[in-house]
Amino acid sequence: MIQMKNVYKKYPNGIVALNGLNVEIAQGEFVYIVGPSGAGKSTFIKMMYREERPSSGQMLVDGKDIAKLKNRKVPFLRRDIGVVFQDFKLLPRLNVYENVAFALEVIEEKPQIIKERVMEVLDMVGLKHKAKMFPRELSGGEQQRVSIARSIVNTPKIMIADEPTGNLDPDTSWDIMNLFEQINSTGTTIIMATHNREIVNKLRHRVIAIEGGLIVRDAAGGDYGYED
Amino acid sequence: MSETQPEVITAMKIRTFGRHIKESLKSLGRNGWMTFASVSAVTVTLLLVGVFVMIMMNLNKVADDLENDVEIKVFVSLDAEEEEIAELEEEISGLDGVESADFSTKEEELTDLVLDFGEELSLFEQSNPLFDVFYVKATEPQQTETVATEIAALEYIEDVEYGEGKIEKLFNFLNAGRNVGLILILALLFTAMFLISNTIRITIVARRTEIEIMKLVGATNWFVRVPFILEGMWLGILGSIIPIGLVVLLYQKITEFAQPRLSGELFQLLEFSPFIYQVSALILAMGVFIGIWGSFMSIRKFLRV
Repeated sequence: MIQMKNVYKKYPNGIVALNGLNVEIAQGEFVYIVGPSGAGKSTFIKMMYREERPSSGQMLVDGKDIAKLKNRKVPFLRRDIGVVFQDFKLLPRLNVYENVAFALEVIEEKPQIIKERVMEVLDMVGLKHKAKMFPRELSGGEQQRVSIARSIVNTPKIMIADEPTGNLDPDTSWDIMNLFEQINSTGTTIIMATHNREIVNKLRHRVIAIEGGLIVRDAAGGDYGYED
Repeated sequence: MSETQPEVITAMKIRTFGRHIKESLKSLGRNGWMTFASVSAVTVTLLLVGVFVMIMMNLNKVADDLENDVEIKVFVSLDAEEEEIAELEEEISGLDGVESADFSTKEEELTDLVLDFGEELSLFEQSNPLFDVFYVKATEPQQTETVATEIAALEYIEDVEYGEGKIEKLFNFLNAGRNVGLILILALLFTAMFLISNTIRITIVARRTEIEIMKLVGATNWFVRVPFILEGMWLGILGSIIPIGLVVLLYQKITEFAQPRLSGELFQLLEFSPFIYQVSALILAMGVFIGIWGSFMSIRKFLRV
């Protein structure tokens, strides 16, 4: 599914974020990415949806090297990848329904299908009754659920989450994690960067620890392993 | 991001295009003051350009009229017999750059003079002091001097007159005027383009998250770009309304005033129609062009993935 071979990334300012990294993630896996700040987690995540390109090495998704992907083909790659952020990135002027529908509108999906799919995923994240509300009227957890709904509405094969519980209280975080479990159970690969020790230790999955641009630990069902 | 995707445009569904139009119009309203500012800027620019084009085109017309009036008067020497004159006519007509050469005998010349200056000149009919004359027109009025020099070098030519000095000055003046006008118009257009591109940039900054999300969920560059390009186009169209109105009105007044006073003169102004419609179309086209180009320039850097 996802395969990184000797991925090396040096930013124009001279910082080496990834230092020849090798990893393989299979379809349907649930992977935590852990490690101290500035260790290369974000760059690692951004490689997956071609926000960043490796300076050298191969970045294979579905067997295709997306490092070599032409810029104009990138949108089509992203249609198979859902992304969730710590700060939700919802559009404040649009209501819940419109925020989710937006993801399908920009890929020019048929209105009939948009309606069906949006209600389906809103039902799944438990926000069907709040479809007409605006982001500012929702709690943080609810906003994150909207953004999750948006990321899965076009049924991506991979879901990438960058600290999705970073702004949420523990109870809400667990709600979000349950949602992720549910999405993962349908066969979607989930790659989640996190600092949340409790979640990693309780909800056991593969843990990849990154430090200094390299994988220092890769354990199926591993623990968080850091003190913070 | 020079790589474009024509197939995406052609495949762009009508529904999507409708969405883009709606979005671009909404954005105009949402950025009320910026819209107003750049529409005003475009208005002022296009008004100046419009008036300028109007003046330039008319000057050009006047220049053309005057240029077409320039002719060379060739005096044939008295010792030329009929035969030589016929040869001379052929020679002159055969020269490069000569459009026409009309022969006029000294008797005809005198008749013209008598017509112009009165009967007392008819005294000269007994002993005509005038010369036989060719009236020569150059194909390119600006070539008059060269043609005149060539003719002067022929045999049996007494003298050549073409308003030396005066027409060179006229041509120099007209050419300089054309160039200055062109440079001014380009400078104005550049300014307007810069202003529109700035406005669009501000509306883009305001919609940065939106663009970011669009790109994340897999929108193509064209999908992101089109609403901004349309917005630029609206700015250009809105900005060209007042200039078109004023230019039409102004030219109507000018032609009303000038046409009767210029009738029978050496030069005329351009007719109201179709000239003013051409100018209007030009203003509109320039508005649309600077709008689209201005927004194109400012989106570029925001689209880098």
